[in-house]
Amino acid sequence: MAESVQEKVIRIIAEQAVLDVSDVHPHSTLQELGIDSLGLVESIFAIEEAFDISVPFNANEPGKSDFDISSVAAIVAAVEGLVAQKAA
Amino acid sequence: MRRVVITGAGTINPLAHDVPGTFAAFREGRCGIGPLDIRDKDRLAIQIGAQVKGWEAEAHFNRQQITLYDRFTQFALIAAKQAVEQSGLNFDGHLGYEAGAVLGTAGGGLITSDENFRTVYEEGKNRVHPFVVPKLMNNAAASHLSMEWNLRGPTFSVATACASANHAMGLAFQMVRSGAARAMLTGGSEAMLCFGGIKAWEGLRVMSRDSCRPFSANRSGMVQGEGAAVFVFEEYEHARKRGAQILAEVAGFAMTADAGDIVTPSSQGGERAMTGALRDARLNPEDVGYINAHGTGTAANDKAECAAVAHAFGQHADRLMISSTKSMHGHLIGGTGAVELLACLMALKDGVIAPTIGYEEPDPECALDVVPNVAREARVTACLSNAFAFGGLNAVIALKAV
Repeated sequence: MAESVQEKVIRIIAEQAVLDVSDVHPHSTLQELGIDSLGLVESIFAIEEAFDISVPFNANEPGKSDFDISSVAAIVAAVEGLVAQKAA
Repeated sequence: MRRVVITGAGTINPLAHDVPGTFAAFREGRCGIGPLDIRDKDRLAIQIGAQVKGWEAEAHFNRQQITLYDRFTQFALIAAKQAVEQSGLNFDGHLGYEAGAVLGTAGGGLITSDENFRTVYEEGKNRVHPFVVPKLMNNAAASHLSMEWNLRGPTFSVATACASANHAMGLAFQMVRSGAARAMLTGGSEAMLCFGGIKAWEGLRVMSRDSCRPFSANRSGMVQGEGAAVFVFEEYEHARKRGAQILAEVAGFAMTADAGDIVTPSSQGGERAMTGALRDARLNPEDVGYINAHGTGTAANDKAECAAVAHAFGQHADRLMISSTKSMHGHLIGGTGAVELLACLMALKDGVIAPTIGYEEPDPECALDVVPNVAREARVTACLSNAFAFGGLNAVIALKAV
């Protein structure tokens, strides 16, 4: 069975955080996982490459960006949205 | 220890092709940032930059010279010509042995690299022009200055990312002060506005897509620029005896390393560089009327820099002026400190403080007098110019009126 968006995103985040995928939960925040601003920029790059999407994110105004990074679940939902947009 | 003064200044940057034009733009708060005009722009996410406009290399250099001069070398040569002519120095005789050139640049001949990578990788050609190496090398501009002006003393390039020009000028200052040289050409040059040069910066996600608004709560990041400024640093007695016009005294310099993060700045590193420059210049914090900020317009820089100023200057931080001219000429990366030193010269010589344009909303973490949007008349007798580079390398120059 193909990997779901959530599984793929969690795999990317786990790799960035140097954690096992089982330690990354939907409710986890990037801060809890020890991912700093540079780690975030790298994760977004990996997500863009994995899903062939373009993520609207500017490190200067992360709060204002349309891409919600408040938790792993939020990131998964945002990526699902962008993947759906691409398909549409 | 000898005193060091500036007796010549030259520049080509997104605002103007000379110093008087740049001062006029600073006074008017004019913006040099606009839509990029480069090859393959449609494949870039970032569509704006501060380019040098109306530049025709053919009007200044012959065909053979252009074969050897990358755009960053061209800019350095033009800026140096203006500076040397203003200084009135002649290096043909003995002075040439006591003079050199130290120039800052981060990318060197990056456009030459970019163009030739295309040739071999994209177009699949198996041959490049014979002068690719001497054209792209980081020290090309410094070397061509030495050849153009017969400078036979210490000559080299300095590459410390966004602090390159300040490190270069600091070293030139120390050489004249110590007696290792009597006069130095120094400053910085950068020409990184090509597809690869911008694409690399895009990756960091700190670039603005609209404008550069340092210290403004609604800032959206940095904007790249290009250009050069070159100065003549001269031993004071030498300048005085020949009746040279003195633009300012280079009073002090300090450099520090954060020893922390490769991109995130530390306010302590910047603070130590500022207090170090004051100590080196024998200035009290209260003597400083103006700071030309590094002020990139990224959240990380602006907040750390304002905290550093607050700590370094204490209560006086609320009385001094600090502006970021990057809002007008963009971030010239390795050349930026040199163009920004011009704003310090203007403050000391003309009593006009260049503004931070694009300022829209106060940021409580940057609660200093950032000279928002409009230039201001003020009497200033000492100023600092900050440069804080990726890699955590900080270099601050102190200037005094003479």
